[in-house]
Amino acid sequence: MKRFSPVIRNLTRKPGRTAALVLLTAFLALSVFAGSVVVSSLRQGLGSMENRLGADIIVVPAEAESRFGLKNLLLQGTVGAFYMDASALERVRETEGVGKASAQVFLSSMKADCCSVKVQIIGFDPDTDFVVQPWIAESLNRPLEDLEVVIGCRVAAEVGEDFRIYDRKCRVAARLAQTGTGLDTAVYCNLNTIHTLLRAAEEKGISHKIDSGNDADVVSAVYVRVAPGADVGQVNNLLNGHVRKATAVRTAGMISEVSDSLAGVSNTIAVLIGTVWGLALLILLIVFAMMVNERRRELAVYRLLGMSRRMLSGLILKETVLCSLAGALCGIALGAVLIFPFTTLIETSLKLPYLTPAPGTVLLYAAAAAAVTVAAACIAGFRTALRLSRVDPGSTLREGA
Amino acid sequence: MSLLELKNISKIYGDLKALDNVSISVEKGEWVAIMGPSGSGKSTMMNIIGCMDKPTLGEVLLDGVDIAKESSKKLTDIRRDKIGLIFQQFHMVNYLTAVENVMVSQYYHSLPDEQEALEALEKVGLRERAHHLPSQLSGGEQQRVCVARALINHPELILADEPTGNLDEANENIVLDLFAQLHAEGTTLIVVTHDPEVAEAAQRTIVLEHGRVAREVVNENFEEQQKVWLERLKARKDEIK
Repeated sequence: MKRFSPVIRNLTRKPGRTAALVLLTAFLALSVFAGSVVVSSLRQGLGSMENRLGADIIVVPAEAESRFGLKNLLLQGTVGAFYMDASALERVRETEGVGKASAQVFLSSMKADCCSVKVQIIGFDPDTDFVVQPWIAESLNRPLEDLEVVIGCRVAAEVGEDFRIYDRKCRVAARLAQTGTGLDTAVYCNLNTIHTLLRAAEEKGISHKIDSGNDADVVSAVYVRVAPGADVGQVNNLLNGHVRKATAVRTAGMISEVSDSLAGVSNTIAVLIGTVWGLALLILLIVFAMMVNERRRELAVYRLLGMSRRMLSGLILKETVLCSLAGALCGIALGAVLIFPFTTLIETSLKLPYLTPAPGTVLLYAAAAAAVTVAAACIAGFRTALRLSRVDPGSTLREGA
Repeated sequence: MSLLELKNISKIYGDLKALDNVSISVEKGEWVAIMGPSGSGKSTMMNIIGCMDKPTLGEVLLDGVDIAKESSKKLTDIRRDKIGLIFQQFHMVNYLTAVENVMVSQYYHSLPDEQEALEALEKVGLRERAHHLPSQLSGGEQQRVCVARALINHPELILADEPTGNLDEANENIVLDLFAQLHAEGTTLIVVTHDPEVAEAAQRTIVLEHGRVAREVVNENFEEQQKVWLERLKARKDEIK
C-alpha cells in the first residue's frame, strides 16, 4: 500500500510556500543560534582571560601604554615589546602590600620559520611566576628547560618539533589550551631562553631598545599579586610613586574595560536577535494569515470530507513543525558554517577575547535555537489553525462557488 | 424503512424563515430529487441533511439518530461515516491528483488504499486519468472524480448539490448514469437541483417553494428509464475498454 499523507503532499506540491516557511524559520534559527554562540564565546573569552591573568596589578615601562596599547598587548597578546631596568622588580617587591611579584620579558619575532605571522614570545621566571605556570601546568607536568617553549594553541607547530626563532632552535614542549585571546598565538619560555633569543635578535641587527646594554638586566612587565588584606588601589598608588619610569596598572580596570566592551557587543547582538525575531515572527504571522485565505476552501473541503477541527489543527501544526524543523536545521547548519571557521576573524574584528564553547554546549545552543524556532512557528501556526477551524465549511464553499 | 426523516423542521434567520415546518422522509435505497427555485430553501435543507447546519426547530433523524441535537464534533463524525457529498463546483483539492483526491476521503475515514481508490475511479471511467491534477481534467471528469470520492467510503447516503450544474449535456448524462448505477447498487441518493431534467431522473421529486414543501412528484417511468441509463452506462464502459 502506497503511503499517503495530505501533510507531505501539501508541502511537496506547494514548493514556493514551503520554501518561504523554511527560509523564514531558517533565518530565525540562524540569528538565535549564531547570536547565542557569539555572545557565549565572548563571555567564555572574558572568563578565560580573567583566569589567565592571575595578577592584581601589572607594572610596565611608563611609555608602554602610549606606544602599544597596554590592554591589547597584555590581554590580547598583540605583538610588541618594551623594556625597563630589572631593578624595577626589586622596587616592586619592596613596596608595602605586595604579596607576590614576578617579571616577564617580551620579545616579538620578526619572522619565525614556523609561523606565517609574527608571534609574541613571553619569558617568565619559573621560580617566582604565579601567572603563566598554573596555566602551563595543565599541559606540561614538568619544569620548562632552557630552549624549550610552550606554544599557544594557534601557533603552527607540533609538540616535539624544533621551532626556529631568530635562527635559534627551540623545542616545543607543550601546547596550551585555547584561551580565545591573542595569547593563543604567543610562545612561552623561561628567562634563560628569552635572554638567548634577545641576544639572537640583536645579532640579527634587530634592536629591542635595551638601554641598559645588558639584556639580562631588563624586564618588560612585573606581575603583582597583593598581600592578603592589602588594598589593591592603595598598593597600585604606592607602586606608581615608588617605581621610577614605570606605570602600575590595575588588571581589574583593564578587565572591566573589556567587560564593558563585551557588554556593549552582547547588548547589540541581543537587540539584533530581538529585532530579527520580531520581524521574523511578524512575517511568519503575515505568511500564515495569507495562508488562511489561500487554504480556506481546501480545508473546508477536508472538513466536509470528515476532518474534525482537532484534525485540522493537527494538520496545520504538523506542516508547521515539519517546515520549521527543516528551517531550524538549515539555519543552525548555516550558522555553524558562518561562525566556526571564522572565529579568528570575529575575534579580530570585535577586538575582544573569544572562546568557542565546548561542543556539548554548542549542541545545547543548537537544540535551544531549534526549539524556540519551532515554538515561534507553532505560535503563528496555531493562531492560523484556530481561525481555520472556526470557519464554517458549508458557507465557505458556497461563498467560493 | 426510512433512512432519513425530517420532522417539522424550520430554519429561521432573524425574520426570515428559510425552511418553514418541513417534513419529508427518504427510504433506504431511494433516489430523491429536491427541486425548487432560488431562495426556496434547497441549500438550507442540503446543509441540514449534510450535517453542516442544524435546524432552528424540529427533528432530523438519520438512521434513527436525531442529528439536530448532536454536537458539532459528532456531526463531523456522522458526515464522515454516513454521507458522501457531491458539489456543483466539484471542490477538488487542486494540488492533489484525481486518485489522491479520492484517497483524502479515505484518509479522514479510515486508511488510504490506493488500489481501492483506483477501483472507484474505474467505476466512474477515469482509471486512465487517475494521476492527473484537477487542472488537467475537464469539468465532467472532475465531477466524476467527486462521485468516486463520495462513494469510496461506502456511505449510506449520497447527497449531491446541483451535481450537473456546471456540466454540458454529455457529461450530465454520464453523471446521471453513474447515479443510476449507484441506485441499482442500493445507495440512497438525494440530489438537490433546479434542473427539471435532472429531477426527472429520480424516483421521487420534492418541490420546495418559500421554505415549504409545495408538492411531491413520483416518477412513474423510473424503472424503464433506469434500465435505459444502465444500458447506456454499460455501453460507455465497453467503449472505453
